[in-house]
Amino acid sequence: MNSALLEARRLDVDIGSHRICRALDWRVEAGESWAILGRNGVGKSTLLATLAGFLAPQGGHLSIAGLALPNPIPGADLRAMARIRGYLSQHQFDPFASTVMETVLVGRHPHLGRWDWESAADRRIAEAALTELDLDGFAEREVQTLSGGERQRLAVAQLLTQEPRLFLLDEPLTHLDLSHQVAVMEMFARRAAHDAAIVAVLHDPGFAARYCGRALLLFGDGEWLAGPAAEVINATNLTRLYGHPLRELCADGHRWFVPC
Amino acid sequence: MPTRRRALLVLAALAGLAVLSLLVALAAGSMAVSFNDVVHAIGGSSDGLAVEVIRGLRLPRALAAFACGGLLALAGALMQVLLRNPLADPYVLGISGGAAVGALSAMLAGLALAFINLFAFAGAFAAMLVVFGLAHGDSSWTRTRLLLTGVIVASGCGAVVALIMTIAPEDELRGMLFWLMGDLGHSSSPWPALTLLALGLLAMLPFSRELNLLSRGDTLARALGVSVDRVKFGIYVLASLLTAVAVTTAGSIGFIGLVVPHLVRLAMIRLGWGNDQRLLLPASVLFGGSLLVLADTLARSVIAPQQLPVGVLTALLGVPVFLFLLGRQPHEQR
Repeated sequence: MNSALLEARRLDVDIGSHRICRALDWRVEAGESWAILGRNGVGKSTLLATLAGFLAPQGGHLSIAGLALPNPIPGADLRAMARIRGYLSQHQFDPFASTVMETVLVGRHPHLGRWDWESAADRRIAEAALTELDLDGFAEREVQTLSGGERQRLAVAQLLTQEPRLFLLDEPLTHLDLSHQVAVMEMFARRAAHDAAIVAVLHDPGFAARYCGRALLLFGDGEWLAGPAAEVINATNLTRLYGHPLRELCADGHRWFVPC
Repeated sequence: MPTRRRALLVLAALAGLAVLSLLVALAAGSMAVSFNDVVHAIGGSSDGLAVEVIRGLRLPRALAAFACGGLLALAGALMQVLLRNPLADPYVLGISGGAAVGALSAMLAGLALAFINLFAFAGAFAAMLVVFGLAHGDSSWTRTRLLLTGVIVASGCGAVVALIMTIAPEDELRGMLFWLMGDLGHSSSPWPALTLLALGLLAMLPFSRELNLLSRGDTLARALGVSVDRVKFGIYVLASLLTAVAVTTAGSIGFIGLVVPHLVRLAMIRLGWGNDQRLLLPASVLFGGSLLVLADTLARSVIAPQQLPVGVLTALLGVPVFLFLLGRQPHEQR
Protein backbone atom coordinates (compact mmCIF):
# COMPACT_ATOMS: atom_id res chain seq x y z
CA MET A 1 0.00 0.00 0.00
CA ASN A 2 1.33 3.41 -0.87
CA SER A 3 -1.10 5.45 1.24
CA ALA A 4 -1.90 4.94 4.91
CA LEU A 5 -5.37 3.65 5.83
CA LEU A 6 -5.66 6.52 8.27
CA GLU A 7 -3.55 9.60 8.45
CA ALA A 8 -3.81 12.52 10.87
CA ARG A 9 -1.64 15.61 10.44
CA ARG A 10 -1.52 18.32 13.13
CA LEU A 11 -4.96 17.14 14.25
CA ASP A 12 -6.65 19.04 17.11
CA VAL A 13 -9.72 17.44 18.70
CA ASP A 14 -11.69 18.94 21.58
CA ILE A 15 -14.37 17.56 23.83
CA GLY A 16 -16.35 20.40 25.38
CA SER A 17 -13.78 22.92 26.56
CA HIS A 18 -10.82 20.58 26.92
CA ARG A 19 -8.46 19.26 24.31
CA ILE A 20 -8.21 15.51 23.67
CA CYS A 21 -5.16 15.72 21.47
CA ARG A 22 -3.06 18.63 20.26
CA ALA A 23 -1.33 18.47 16.86
CA LEU A 24 -1.70 14.72 16.53
CA ASP A 25 0.57 13.33 13.82
CA TRP A 26 -0.37 9.73 13.30
CA ARG A 27 -0.40 7.12 10.55
CA VAL A 28 -2.21 3.79 10.62
CA GLU A 29 -0.97 1.42 7.92
CA ALA A 30 -2.63 -1.76 6.70
CA GLY A 31 -1.56 -4.70 8.85
CA GLU A 32 -1.30 -2.63 12.03
CA SER A 33 -3.32 -2.92 15.24
CA TRP A 34 -3.56 0.11 17.48
CA ALA A 35 -4.93 0.39 21.00
CA ILE A 36 -6.15 3.76 22.28
CA LEU A 37 -5.67 4.00 26.04
CA GLY A 38 -6.65 6.71 28.47
CA ARG A 39 -8.66 7.56 31.55
CA ASN A 40 -12.49 7.70 31.64
CA GLY A 41 -13.76 10.88 30.06
CA VAL A 42 -10.46 11.74 28.43
CA GLY A 43 -12.21 11.72 25.03
CA LYS A 44 -11.28 8.35 23.54
CA SER A 45 -14.75 7.83 22.07
CA THR A 46 -14.92 11.39 20.77
CA LEU A 47 -11.55 10.97 19.07
CA LEU A 48 -12.73 7.70 17.50
CA ALA A 49 -15.97 9.33 16.27
CA THR A 50 -13.87 12.14 14.77
CA LEU A 51 -11.61 9.62 13.02
CA ALA A 52 -14.76 7.94 11.65
CA GLY A 53 -15.87 11.27 10.19
CA PHE A 54 -18.91 11.77 12.43
CA LEU A 55 -17.51 14.88 14.12
CA ALA A 56 -15.42 17.70 12.72
CA PRO A 57 -11.96 18.15 14.24
CA GLN A 58 -11.03 21.58 15.58
CA GLY A 59 -7.99 21.78 13.37
CA GLY A 60 -5.56 19.84 11.22
CA HIS A 61 -5.97 17.35 8.45
CA LEU A 62 -7.48 13.87 8.45
CA SER A 63 -7.69 11.32 5.64
CA ILE A 64 -8.87 7.73 5.31
CA ALA A 65 -7.30 5.56 2.61
CA GLY A 66 -6.10 8.68 0.85
CA LEU A 67 -9.56 10.33 0.87
CA ALA A 68 -9.50 13.60 2.79
CA LEU A 69 -12.31 13.83 5.35
CA PRO A 70 -14.18 17.06 4.76
CA ASN A 71 -17.00 17.69 7.15
CA PRO A 72 -19.75 16.98 6.47
CA ILE A 73 -18.93 14.28 3.93
CA PRO A 74 -21.16 14.52 0.82
CA GLY A 75 -23.85 11.82 0.59
CA ALA A 76 -22.34 9.86 -2.30
CA ASP A 77 -18.95 9.57 -0.62
CA LEU A 78 -20.49 8.33 2.62
CA ARG A 79 -21.24 4.92 1.12
CA ALA A 80 -17.78 4.66 -0.45
CA MET A 81 -16.35 5.59 2.94
CA ALA A 82 -18.49 2.92 4.62
CA ARG A 83 -16.89 0.28 2.40
CA ILE A 84 -13.48 1.27 3.71
CA ARG A 85 -13.98 2.14 7.35
CA GLY A 86 -16.17 0.33 9.83
CA TYR A 87 -17.14 1.68 13.22
CA LEU A 88 -18.24 -0.35 16.22
CA SER A 89 -20.33 1.74 18.59
CA GLN A 90 -20.13 1.38 22.36
CA HIS A 91 -23.93 1.01 22.61
CA GLN A 92 -26.39 -0.98 20.51
CA PHE A 93 -30.04 0.01 20.13
CA ASP A 94 -32.96 -2.22 19.15
CA PRO A 95 -36.14 -0.16 19.33
CA PHE A 96 -37.88 -2.48 16.86
CA ALA A 97 -38.07 -6.27 16.88
CA SER A 98 -35.69 -7.93 14.45
CA THR A 99 -33.94 -11.25 13.98
CA VAL A 100 -30.21 -11.83 14.39
CA MET A 101 -29.88 -12.59 10.65
CA GLU A 102 -31.57 -9.31 9.68
CA THR A 103 -29.41 -7.37 12.08
CA VAL A 104 -26.18 -8.85 10.79
CA LEU A 105 -27.23 -8.36 7.12
CA VAL A 106 -27.59 -4.64 7.79
CA GLY A 107 -23.81 -4.50 7.44
CA ARG A 108 -24.12 -5.18 3.70
CA HIS A 109 -25.85 -1.84 3.10
CA PRO A 110 -22.87 0.05 1.64
CA HIS A 111 -22.23 -2.79 -0.83
CA LEU A 112 -25.78 -2.85 -2.22
CA GLY A 113 -27.32 -0.59 -4.84
CA ARG A 114 -30.40 1.47 -4.16
CA TRP A 115 -32.87 -1.13 -5.48
CA ASP A 116 -30.87 -4.26 -4.55
CA TRP A 117 -32.04 -6.86 -2.10
CA GLU A 118 -29.62 -8.98 -0.15
CA SER A 119 -28.44 -11.87 -2.31
CA ALA A 120 -27.49 -15.42 -1.39
CA ALA A 121 -23.86 -14.30 -1.45
CA ASP A 122 -24.64 -11.58 1.11
CA ARG A 123 -26.32 -14.18 3.29
CA ARG A 124 -23.26 -16.42 3.09
CA ILE A 125 -21.04 -13.54 4.21
CA ALA A 126 -23.44 -12.89 7.11
CA GLU A 127 -23.53 -16.55 8.10
CA ALA A 128 -19.74 -16.76 8.04
CA ALA A 129 -19.57 -13.71 10.30
CA LEU A 130 -22.03 -15.26 12.76
CA THR A 131 -19.97 -18.47 12.82
CA GLU A 132 -16.80 -16.50 13.42
CA LEU A 133 -18.41 -14.83 16.44
CA ASP A 134 -19.66 -18.12 17.90
CA LEU A 135 -23.28 -17.23 17.06
CA ASP A 136 -24.09 -20.37 15.06
CA GLY A 137 -27.75 -21.28 15.30
CA PHE A 138 -28.73 -17.78 16.44
CA ALA A 139 -29.87 -16.60 12.98
CA GLU A 140 -33.61 -16.72 13.70
CA ARG A 141 -33.36 -15.52 17.30
CA GLU A 142 -35.08 -12.27 18.26
CA VAL A 143 -32.42 -9.58 18.91
CA GLN A 144 -34.22 -8.25 21.97
CA THR A 145 -33.91 -11.64 23.69
CA LEU A 146 -30.09 -11.74 23.47
CA SER A 147 -27.87 -11.27 26.50
CA GLY A 148 -25.50 -8.31 26.67
CA GLY A 149 -22.50 -10.35 25.54
CA GLU A 150 -24.40 -12.03 22.72
CA ARG A 151 -25.66 -8.64 21.53
CA GLN A 152 -22.11 -7.28 21.53
CA ARG A 153 -20.84 -10.24 19.50
CA LEU A 154 -23.70 -9.67 17.07
CA ALA A 155 -22.55 -6.05 16.64
CA VAL A 156 -19.04 -7.32 15.86
CA ALA A 157 -20.48 -9.83 13.36
CA GLN A 158 -22.39 -6.97 11.71
CA LEU A 159 -19.13 -5.07 11.40
CA LEU A 160 -17.43 -8.07 9.76
CA THR A 161 -20.33 -8.31 7.29
CA GLN A 162 -19.60 -4.71 6.33
CA GLU A 163 -16.10 -5.89 5.25
CA PRO A 164 -14.24 -2.65 5.90
CA ARG A 165 -10.45 -2.39 5.76
CA LEU A 166 -10.15 0.00 8.68
CA PHE A 167 -11.87 -1.15 11.88
CA LEU A 168 -12.58 1.61 14.42
CA LEU A 169 -13.66 -0.16 17.60
CA ASP A 170 -15.10 1.64 20.62
CA GLU A 171 -14.61 -0.74 23.54
CA PRO A 172 -15.12 -3.93 21.51
CA LEU A 173 -14.87 -6.11 24.62
CA THR A 174 -17.83 -4.59 26.53
CA HIS A 175 -20.08 -7.25 28.10
CA LEU A 176 -17.89 -10.12 26.83
CA ASP A 177 -16.75 -12.92 29.08
CA LEU A 178 -13.02 -13.70 29.19
CA SER A 179 -13.03 -16.46 26.60
CA HIS A 180 -14.94 -14.32 24.13
CA GLN A 181 -12.69 -11.32 24.85
CA VAL A 182 -9.72 -13.42 23.79
CA ALA A 183 -11.57 -14.88 20.80
CA VAL A 184 -12.67 -11.45 19.55
CA MET A 185 -9.20 -9.92 19.92
CA GLU A 186 -7.61 -12.88 18.14
CA MET A 187 -10.18 -12.61 15.37
CA PHE A 188 -9.38 -8.91 14.89
CA ALA A 189 -5.63 -9.68 14.96
CA ARG A 190 -6.22 -12.17 12.10
CA ARG A 191 -8.13 -9.50 10.14
CA ALA A 192 -5.31 -7.02 10.64
CA ALA A 193 -2.88 -9.56 9.22
CA HIS A 194 -4.95 -9.61 6.01
CA ASP A 195 -4.36 -6.08 4.74
CA ALA A 196 -6.72 -4.44 7.28
CA ALA A 197 -6.06 -2.20 10.25
CA ILE A 198 -7.51 -2.08 13.75
CA VAL A 199 -7.89 0.96 16.00
CA ALA A 200 -9.49 -0.10 19.29
CA VAL A 201 -10.35 1.82 22.44
CA LEU A 202 -9.39 -0.61 25.20
CA HIS A 203 -9.40 -0.52 28.97
CA ASP A 204 -7.01 -3.34 29.78
CA PRO A 205 -3.38 -2.43 29.02
CA GLY A 206 -2.52 -6.15 29.20
CA PHE A 207 -4.88 -6.90 26.33
CA ALA A 208 -3.51 -3.89 24.47
CA ALA A 209 0.07 -5.08 24.88
CA ARG A 210 -0.81 -8.64 23.90
CA TYR A 211 -3.02 -8.10 20.85
CA CYS A 212 -2.12 -4.67 19.53
CA GLY A 213 1.34 -4.05 18.18
CA ARG A 214 0.98 -0.32 18.71
CA ALA A 215 -0.67 2.06 21.14
CA LEU A 216 -1.86 5.67 21.29
CA LEU A 217 -1.88 7.04 24.82
CA LEU A 218 -4.07 10.05 25.64
CA PHE A 219 -2.96 11.82 28.80
CA GLY A 220 -5.89 14.21 29.06
CA ASP A 221 -4.22 17.58 28.65
CA GLY A 222 -3.93 17.38 24.88
CA GLU A 223 -0.72 15.42 25.24
CA TRP A 224 -0.42 12.13 23.41
CA LEU A 225 2.13 9.41 22.83
CA ALA A 226 2.03 6.99 19.92
CA GLY A 227 4.36 4.13 19.12
CA PRO A 228 5.06 0.40 19.32
CA ALA A 229 3.27 -1.15 22.28
CA ALA A 230 6.55 -2.69 23.51
CA GLU A 231 7.92 0.83 23.99
CA VAL A 232 5.00 3.03 25.03
CA ILE A 233 3.06 0.58 27.20
CA ASN A 234 5.14 0.39 30.35
CA ALA A 235 4.52 0.84 34.06
CA THR A 236 5.83 4.42 34.12
CA ASN A 237 3.64 5.67 31.26
CA LEU A 238 0.58 3.80 32.52
CA THR A 239 0.98 5.16 36.04
CA ARG A 240 0.97 8.65 34.58
CA LEU A 241 -1.89 7.76 32.19
CA TYR A 242 -4.29 6.40 34.80
CA GLY A 243 -3.12 8.50 37.76
CA HIS A 244 -2.67 5.34 39.78
CA PRO A 245 0.52 3.34 40.38
CA LEU A 246 0.71 0.17 38.23
CA ARG A 247 3.11 -2.76 38.26
CA GLU A 248 4.20 -4.89 35.33
CA LEU A 249 4.06 -8.68 35.72
CA CYS A 250 5.37 -11.20 33.20
CA ALA A 251 3.96 -14.65 32.57
CA ASP A 252 4.43 -17.00 29.58
CA GLY A 253 6.02 -14.21 27.59
CA HIS A 254 3.04 -11.84 28.04
CA ARG A 255 3.14 -8.64 30.02
CA TRP A 256 0.26 -7.80 32.35
CA PHE A 257 -0.36 -4.69 34.37
CA VAL A 258 -1.97 -4.66 37.79
CA PRO A 259 -2.75 -1.75 40.13
CA CYS A 260 -0.41 -1.55 43.12
CA MET B 1 -36.29 -10.14 6.11
CA PRO B 2 -38.52 -11.27 3.24
CA THR B 3 -37.05 -12.09 -0.14
CA ARG B 4 -38.02 -9.76 -2.96
CA ARG B 5 -40.31 -12.39 -4.48
CA ARG B 6 -42.21 -12.98 -1.24
CA ALA B 7 -42.56 -9.25 -0.67
CA LEU B 8 -44.07 -8.83 -4.14
CA LEU B 9 -46.48 -11.70 -3.48
CA VAL B 10 -47.64 -10.09 -0.24
CA LEU B 11 -48.09 -6.76 -2.00
CA ALA B 12 -50.07 -8.41 -4.81
CA ALA B 13 -52.38 -9.98 -2.23
CA LEU B 14 -52.83 -6.64 -0.48
CA ALA B 15 -53.54 -4.94 -3.80
CA GLY B 16 -56.26 -7.54 -4.31
CA LEU B 17 -57.66 -6.63 -0.91
CA ALA B 18 -57.63 -2.96 -1.90
CA VAL B 19 -59.60 -3.65 -5.11
CA LEU B 20 -62.05 -5.78 -3.16
CA SER B 21 -62.60 -3.07 -0.55
CA LEU B 22 -63.26 -0.52 -3.30
CA LEU B 23 -65.81 -2.83 -4.94
CA VAL B 24 -67.57 -3.30 -1.58
CA ALA B 25 -67.63 0.47 -1.13
CA LEU B 26 -69.21 0.91 -4.57
CA ALA B 27 -71.84 -1.77 -4.00
CA ALA B 28 -72.87 -0.98 -0.41
CA GLY B 29 -74.92 1.97 0.78
CA SER B 30 -78.38 3.27 1.54
CA MET B 31 -79.44 2.80 -2.07
CA ALA B 32 -79.36 -0.81 -3.24
CA VAL B 33 -77.49 -1.35 -6.50
CA SER B 34 -76.90 -4.50 -8.51
CA PHE B 35 -73.55 -5.97 -9.48
CA ASN B 36 -74.32 -5.02 -13.06
CA ASP B 37 -74.66 -1.37 -12.05
CA VAL B 38 -71.19 -1.46 -10.48
CA VAL B 39 -69.73 -2.99 -13.64
CA HIS B 40 -71.50 -0.42 -15.82
CA ALA B 41 -70.37 2.44 -13.62
CA ILE B 42 -66.74 1.38 -13.87
CA GLY B 43 -67.04 0.53 -17.56
CA GLY B 44 -68.60 3.92 -18.08
CA SER B 45 -71.10 2.87 -20.74
CA SER B 46 -74.68 3.20 -19.52
CA ASP B 47 -76.61 5.83 -17.58
CA GLY B 48 -79.25 5.60 -14.89
CA LEU B 49 -79.70 6.64 -11.28
CA ALA B 50 -77.73 3.73 -9.79
CA VAL B 51 -74.79 4.28 -12.13
CA GLU B 52 -74.94 8.00 -11.39
CA VAL B 53 -74.83 7.39 -7.63
CA ILE B 54 -71.91 5.01 -7.93
CA ARG B 55 -69.90 7.12 -10.34
CA GLY B 56 -70.72 10.53 -8.92
CA LEU B 57 -70.87 9.86 -5.18
CA ARG B 58 -69.49 6.51 -4.10
CA LEU B 59 -66.43 6.22 -6.35
CA PRO B 60 -64.85 9.60 -5.47
CA ARG B 61 -65.61 9.05 -1.81
CA ALA B 62 -64.12 5.54 -1.82
CA LEU B 63 -61.01 6.77 -3.63
CA ALA B 64 -60.66 9.66 -1.17
CA ALA B 65 -60.96 7.17 1.69
CA PHE B 66 -58.28 4.96 0.14
CA ALA B 67 -55.96 7.91 -0.39
CA CYS B 68 -56.43 9.20 3.18
CA GLY B 69 -55.93 5.78 4.72
CA GLY B 70 -52.81 5.26 2.65
CA LEU B 71 -51.45 8.73 3.42
CA LEU B 72 -52.00 8.36 7.16
CA ALA B 73 -50.50 4.86 7.27
CA LEU B 74 -47.43 5.95 5.28
CA ALA B 75 -46.98 9.06 7.42
CA GLY B 76 -47.32 6.93 10.56
CA ALA B 77 -44.74 4.41 9.37
CA LEU B 78 -42.32 7.25 8.59
CA MET B 79 -42.89 8.97 11.94
CA GLN B 80 -42.22 5.68 13.72
CA VAL B 81 -38.83 5.47 12.02
CA LEU B 82 -38.07 9.15 12.60
CA LEU B 83 -38.93 9.06 16.31
CA ARG B 84 -37.59 5.50 16.59
CA ASN B 85 -40.73 4.61 18.45
CA PRO B 86 -43.17 1.92 17.31
CA LEU B 87 -46.00 3.86 18.98
CA ALA B 88 -45.60 7.21 17.22
CA ASP B 89 -48.36 8.40 14.89
CA PRO B 90 -48.72 11.09 12.21
CA TYR B 91 -50.50 13.45 14.59
CA VAL B 92 -47.91 13.21 17.34
CA LEU B 93 -46.09 16.34 16.14
CA GLY B 94 -49.14 18.59 16.35
CA ILE B 95 -49.94 18.55 12.63
CA SER B 96 -53.60 17.66 13.01
CA GLY B 97 -53.94 20.26 15.77
CA GLY B 98 -52.65 22.97 13.46
CA ALA B 99 -54.98 21.80 10.68
CA ALA B 100 -57.95 21.81 13.07
CA VAL B 101 -57.24 25.39 14.15
CA GLY B 102 -57.04 26.45 10.49
CA ALA B 103 -60.19 24.61 9.39
CA LEU B 104 -62.31 25.73 12.36
CA SER B 105 -61.20 29.34 11.98
CA ALA B 106 -62.36 29.21 8.36
CA MET B 107 -65.68 27.69 9.45
CA LEU B 108 -66.09 30.33 12.14
CA ALA B 109 -65.54 33.04 9.54
CA GLY B 110 -68.17 31.36 7.37
CA LEU B 111 -65.81 30.74 4.47
CA ALA B 112 -66.49 28.33 1.60
CA LEU B 113 -65.31 24.70 1.57
CA ALA B 114 -62.30 25.45 -0.61
CA PHE B 115 -61.10 27.97 1.95
CA ILE B 116 -61.65 25.55 4.80
CA ASN B 117 -59.35 23.12 3.03
CA LEU B 118 -56.83 25.82 2.30
CA PHE B 119 -56.84 27.02 5.91
CA ALA B 120 -56.53 23.44 7.20
CA PHE B 121 -53.50 22.91 5.00
CA ALA B 122 -51.96 26.21 6.06
CA GLY B 123 -52.58 25.36 9.72
CA ALA B 124 -50.97 21.94 9.36
CA PHE B 125 -47.97 23.48 7.67
CA ALA B 126 -47.68 26.24 10.26
CA ALA B 127 -47.69 23.68 13.08
CA MET B 128 -45.05 21.68 11.25
CA LEU B 129 -42.84 24.73 10.79
CA VAL B 130 -43.20 25.73 14.44
CA VAL B 131 -42.28 22.24 15.66
CA PHE B 132 -39.46 21.94 13.16
CA GLY B 133 -38.12 25.42 13.90
CA LEU B 134 -38.15 24.98 17.66
CA ALA B 135 -36.80 21.44 17.68
CA HIS B 136 -34.21 22.30 15.06
CA GLY B 137 -33.06 25.44 16.89
CA ASP B 138 -29.67 24.24 18.04
CA SER B 139 -29.47 21.56 15.36
CA SER B 140 -29.74 18.86 17.99
CA TRP B 141 -32.17 16.47 16.37
CA THR B 142 -32.98 14.73 19.59
CA ARG B 143 -36.19 12.81 19.44
CA THR B 144 -37.25 13.89 22.91
CA ARG B 145 -37.17 17.54 21.92
CA LEU B 146 -39.11 16.85 18.75
CA LEU B 147 -41.69 14.81 20.60
CA LEU B 148 -42.10 17.31 23.44
CA THR B 149 -42.41 20.26 21.07
CA GLY B 150 -45.04 18.36 19.11
CA VAL B 151 -47.02 17.51 22.23
CA ILE B 152 -46.92 21.13 23.43
CA VAL B 153 -48.00 22.51 20.04
CA ALA B 154 -50.79 19.93 19.86
CA SER B 155 -52.13 20.87 23.29
CA GLY B 156 -51.92 24.56 22.44
CA CYS B 157 -53.95 23.88 19.30
CA GLY B 158 -56.43 21.90 21.41
CA ALA B 159 -57.00 24.98 23.55
CA VAL B 160 -57.57 27.19 20.52
CA VAL B 161 -60.00 24.62 19.09
CA ALA B 162 -61.93 24.64 22.38
CA LEU B 163 -61.99 28.44 22.31
CA ILE B 164 -63.32 28.54 18.73
CA MET B 165 -66.03 26.02 19.54
CA THR B 166 -67.06 28.04 22.60
CA ILE B 167 -67.61 31.24 20.64
CA ALA B 168 -68.92 29.58 17.46
CA PRO B 169 -72.63 29.98 16.63
CA GLU B 170 -74.82 26.98 17.38
CA ASP B 171 -75.43 25.96 13.75
CA GLU B 172 -71.70 25.78 12.92
CA LEU B 173 -70.95 23.35 15.74
CA ARG B 174 -72.12 20.19 14.02
CA GLY B 175 -69.93 20.76 10.98
CA MET B 176 -66.94 21.51 13.22
CA LEU B 177 -67.52 18.38 15.23
CA PHE B 178 -67.67 16.24 12.09
CA TRP B 179 -64.47 17.81 10.81
CA LEU B 180 -62.67 17.20 14.10
CA MET B 181 -63.71 13.57 14.17
CA GLY B 182 -62.81 12.94 10.57
CA ASP B 183 -65.44 12.66 7.87
CA LEU B 184 -65.18 11.82 4.20
CA GLY B 185 -68.63 13.18 3.32
CA HIS B 186 -67.29 16.62 2.47
CA SER B 187 -64.14 15.64 0.66
CA SER B 188 -63.81 17.15 -2.78
CA SER B 189 -61.75 15.56 -5.56
CA PRO B 190 -59.70 12.52 -4.47
CA TRP B 191 -57.01 13.00 -7.12
CA PRO B 192 -54.63 15.40 -5.32
CA ALA B 193 -54.48 13.03 -2.34
CA LEU B 194 -54.05 9.95 -4.54
CA THR B 195 -51.32 11.62 -6.57
CA LEU B 196 -49.42 12.70 -3.48
CA LEU B 197 -49.77 9.20 -2.03
CA ALA B 198 -48.24 7.63 -5.14
CA LEU B 199 -45.46 10.24 -5.32
CA GLY B 200 -44.68 9.96 -1.60
CA LEU B 201 -44.42 6.20 -1.74
CA LEU B 202 -42.29 6.28 -4.89
CA ALA B 203 -40.00 8.87 -3.33
CA MET B 204 -39.48 6.85 -0.16
CA LEU B 205 -39.12 3.32 -1.61
CA PRO B 206 -35.55 3.80 -2.88
CA PHE B 207 -34.62 5.00 0.60
CA SER B 208 -36.23 2.17 2.52
CA ARG B 209 -32.95 0.44 3.36
CA GLU B 210 -31.69 3.75 4.71
CA LEU B 211 -34.86 3.93 6.82
CA ASN B 212 -34.16 0.42 8.13
CA LEU B 213 -30.75 1.63 9.27
CA LEU B 214 -32.12 4.83 10.78
CA SER B 215 -34.57 2.80 12.85
CA ARG B 216 -31.54 1.12 14.42
CA GLY B 217 -29.87 4.32 15.55
CA ASP B 218 -28.17 7.37 14.06
CA THR B 219 -24.62 6.24 14.78
CA LEU B 220 -25.05 2.88 13.08
CA ALA B 221 -26.75 4.51 10.10
CA ARG B 222 -23.97 7.08 9.81
CA ALA B 223 -21.27 4.40 10.09
CA LEU B 224 -22.89 2.46 7.24
CA GLY B 225 -23.01 5.45 4.93
CA VAL B 226 -26.43 7.03 5.44
CA SER B 227 -26.62 10.80 5.15
CA VAL B 228 -28.51 10.88 8.43
CA ASP B 229 -29.50 14.53 8.78
CA ARG B 230 -30.65 14.82 5.19
CA VAL B 231 -32.72 11.64 5.23
CA LYS B 232 -34.32 12.63 8.54
CA PHE B 233 -35.18 16.06 7.22
CA GLY B 234 -36.71 14.44 4.14
CA ILE B 235 -38.80 12.03 6.23
CA TYR B 236 -40.01 14.86 8.41
CA VAL B 237 -41.08 17.10 5.55
CA LEU B 238 -42.69 14.27 3.60
CA ALA B 239 -44.56 12.82 6.59
CA SER B 240 -45.85 16.29 7.46
CA LEU B 241 -46.97 16.91 3.90
CA LEU B 242 -48.75 13.54 3.70
CA THR B 243 -50.52 14.18 7.00
CA ALA B 244 -51.49 17.71 6.03
CA VAL B 245 -53.08 16.53 2.79
CA ALA B 246 -54.90 13.67 4.53
CA VAL B 247 -56.24 15.99 7.21
CA THR B 248 -57.29 18.53 4.60
CA THR B 249 -59.18 15.88 2.65
CA ALA B 250 -61.05 14.24 5.50
CA GLY B 251 -60.47 15.96 8.82
CA SER B 252 -58.48 14.25 11.55
CA ILE B 253 -59.09 10.54 11.37
CA GLY B 254 -57.45 8.82 14.30
CA PHE B 255 -55.70 5.51 14.74
CA ILE B 256 -55.15 4.55 11.09
CA GLY B 257 -51.67 6.07 11.13
CA LEU B 258 -50.86 4.43 14.43
CA VAL B 259 -52.46 1.02 14.18
CA VAL B 260 -51.86 0.12 10.52
CA PRO B 261 -48.04 0.26 10.42
CA HIS B 262 -48.01 -1.37 13.83
CA LEU B 263 -50.26 -4.24 12.71
CA VAL B 264 -48.29 -4.75 9.50
CA ARG B 265 -45.02 -4.78 11.46
CA LEU B 266 -46.44 -7.24 13.97
CA ALA B 267 -47.57 -9.57 11.18
CA MET B 268 -44.13 -9.33 9.57
CA ILE B 269 -42.43 -10.13 12.85
CA ARG B 270 -44.69 -13.17 13.31
CA LEU B 271 -43.54 -14.33 9.88
CA GLY B 272 -39.92 -13.74 10.90
CA TRP B 273 -39.49 -10.87 8.43
CA GLY B 274 -38.67 -8.21 10.97
CA ASN B 275 -39.05 -4.50 10.47
CA ASP B 276 -38.17 -4.13 6.79
CA GLN B 277 -39.42 -0.81 5.39
CA ARG B 278 -39.14 -2.10 1.82
CA LEU B 279 -42.23 -4.19 2.49
CA LEU B 280 -43.64 -2.25 5.44
CA LEU B 281 -44.16 1.05 3.60
CA PRO B 282 -46.11 -0.21 0.55
CA ALA B 283 -47.95 -2.82 2.63
CA SER B 284 -49.04 -0.14 5.11
CA VAL B 285 -50.30 2.05 2.27
CA LEU B 286 -52.40 -0.73 0.74
CA PHE B 287 -53.67 -2.02 4.08
CA GLY B 288 -54.37 1.44 5.50
CA GLY B 289 -56.19 2.48 2.35
CA SER B 290 -58.36 -0.65 2.28
CA LEU B 291 -59.13 -0.36 5.97
CA LEU B 292 -60.34 3.22 5.70
CA VAL B 293 -62.45 2.39 2.63
CA LEU B 294 -64.17 -0.40 4.57
CA ALA B 295 -64.53 1.74 7.71
CA ASP B 296 -66.07 4.56 5.69
CA THR B 297 -68.46 2.17 3.95
CA LEU B 298 -69.52 0.94 7.37
CA ALA B 299 -69.82 4.51 8.67
CA ARG B 300 -72.24 5.53 5.93
CA SER B 301 -74.29 2.34 5.87
CA VAL B 302 -74.56 1.10 9.46
CA ILE B 303 -77.31 3.55 10.49
CA ALA B 304 -78.22 4.65 6.94
CA PRO B 305 -79.51 7.05 5.81
CA GLN B 306 -77.76 8.77 8.69
CA GLN B 307 -73.95 8.85 8.60
CA LEU B 308 -71.36 8.42 11.30
CA PRO B 309 -68.07 10.35 11.19
CA VAL B 310 -65.58 7.69 10.07
CA GLY B 311 -63.05 8.89 12.67
CA VAL B 312 -65.41 7.74 15.41
CA LEU B 313 -65.53 4.30 13.84
CA THR B 314 -61.77 3.97 13.39
CA ALA B 315 -61.27 5.05 17.00
CA LEU B 316 -63.91 2.64 18.27
CA LEU B 317 -62.21 -0.19 16.35
CA GLY B 318 -58.67 1.06 16.90
CA VAL B 319 -58.66 1.50 20.66
CA PRO B 320 -59.46 -2.12 21.60
CA VAL B 321 -57.14 -3.49 18.89
CA PHE B 322 -54.36 -1.29 20.12
CA LEU B 323 -54.87 -2.10 23.80
CA PHE B 324 -54.92 -5.79 22.89
CA LEU B 325 -51.63 -5.45 20.98
CA LEU B 326 -50.00 -3.50 23.80
CA GLY B 327 -51.08 -6.06 26.34
CA ARG B 328 -49.57 -8.99 24.50
CA GLN B 329 -46.23 -7.70 23.37
CA PRO B 330 -43.91 -7.69 26.37
CA HIS B 331 -41.17 -9.21 24.19
CA GLU B 332 -41.21 -6.39 21.71
CA GLN B 333 -40.81 -3.53 24.16
CA ARG B 334 -38.06 -4.17 26.57
